[in-house]
Amino acid sequence: MIRIAISTIAAVAFAASHIASARAADNASVAALGPAAMQSLAALKAKYQRPTSIPFPSDNPYTVEKAQLGQMLFFDPRLSGNNYIACANCHNPALSWGDGLPRGIGHGMTILARRTPTVLNLAWTELLMWDGRKPSLEEQALGPIQADVEMNQNLDDLVKKLSAIDEYKLRFTMAFPGEGLNGPNIGKAIATFERTIVSGVTPFDRWIAGDDGAISVAAKRGFDLFNNKANCAACHSGWNFTDGAFHDIGLPSKDIGRYKELALPSMMHAFKTPTLRDVDRRGPYMHDGSLATLAEVMQHYNTGGLQRASLSGDMKKLDLSESEIADVVAFMQTLTSDEALPQVPRLPVVPQPRREAAR
Amino acid sequence: MFKHILPALAFGVVAGYISVALAATTTVEQKDKKFSQTEITVKKGDTVSFKNDDDITHNVFSTTSGMGFDLRTQKPGQTSDVTFDRVGKAEVRCAIHPQMKMYVNVTE
Repeated sequence: MIRIAISTIAAVAFAASHIASARAADNASVAALGPAAMQSLAALKAKYQRPTSIPFPSDNPYTVEKAQLGQMLFFDPRLSGNNYIACANCHNPALSWGDGLPRGIGHGMTILARRTPTVLNLAWTELLMWDGRKPSLEEQALGPIQADVEMNQNLDDLVKKLSAIDEYKLRFTMAFPGEGLNGPNIGKAIATFERTIVSGVTPFDRWIAGDDGAISVAAKRGFDLFNNKANCAACHSGWNFTDGAFHDIGLPSKDIGRYKELALPSMMHAFKTPTLRDVDRRGPYMHDGSLATLAEVMQHYNTGGLQRASLSGDMKKLDLSESEIADVVAFMQTLTSDEALPQVPRLPVVPQPRREAAR
Repeated sequence: MFKHILPALAFGVVAGYISVALAATTTVEQKDKKFSQTEITVKKGDTVSFKNDDDITHNVFSTTSGMGFDLRTQKPGQTSDVTFDRVGKAEVRCAIHPQMKMYVNVTE
């Protein structure tokens, strides 16, 4: 997995080896299809090609120093007011960068209003948070640190706290020459690291790249349903399986979602479409963690959702059979990577006083 | 502000003569979650016709001060018109798909 691609390759090119392999394509599975159907399948599969590089913004370009520093900060519990909650507590790499809980838990064991979203593939996301209230990853990174129900850490106090650790001071100087350690640069470093967190190559990716045996026949049927009858791809589109957009999918939740940020009727109860990468490891599901399994999620969509004025125009009753639901779930289970987890960083500490070496 | 109009006709009386000025209409399509133009310039009183050429729902709107509007949800194939009767630069977006942005420059 390239998740922590903190190499000396500034361009952060990746996955080329995975993508380069044959497009010689699909002979076995499509042998029964006519030329038009084969062409249609090839065009569809082309929409799911993984990207070959990670986008970084011009006002916070990638550097190794920033990414390494950001990784340390992400895993450091001293970023919280009580020094025991790191970003990684909720965005745990061992749980596909989520927490496996219905709703997040923050400072003082406060149960939060919404489920913890994964931080996979955020480099490709325009607006952050379930309701899109953060316009950049740099701003988002500082939000939970300061939120009283999450990490409860005053930013000015955090700068002082980190300034007392020599290695952090040095690393900020190296990552931000002429600027050093300050609040915005904490956000920039974490954001740079987060952009390197990219979901690993999956059986689905290998199938897209030309390995016809990489996924099961049921999963291939599920892929067809996903793009057609089940209409999943209306929102879960592209290689990252999200349109980064906001929809009311008709869950019986009182949470007004995006409407709080953008008071248009269609935004009532609307939430950002999450990625489906690693999805079968990231239950329970939906913004409120209200559905335990992928089959339950599909049952919800099958009903067309709660009928109300704000319900997305792309929601409709699907009439999927149990067998078809099982196929879509089988397809979604091909989106999970089994690549190795990244190593956690060694965090800077204040060194213990050392006795002068014995003569 | 804006208003929806049917015929793009504006009537006026100038120096004792009745003149009929035909306001222009510019069409902007929404396709593949993009606007067909990133920026257009129209005259005050002109109409911009927003057409959903996608197979998904869109919601075109603007919150630019004095030029705001909300076309509500547009199903695939639907068209909605906006008449711009104030000079300025309106940022137009899709509420559902935040990556969809364009500008309408309105001149005298």
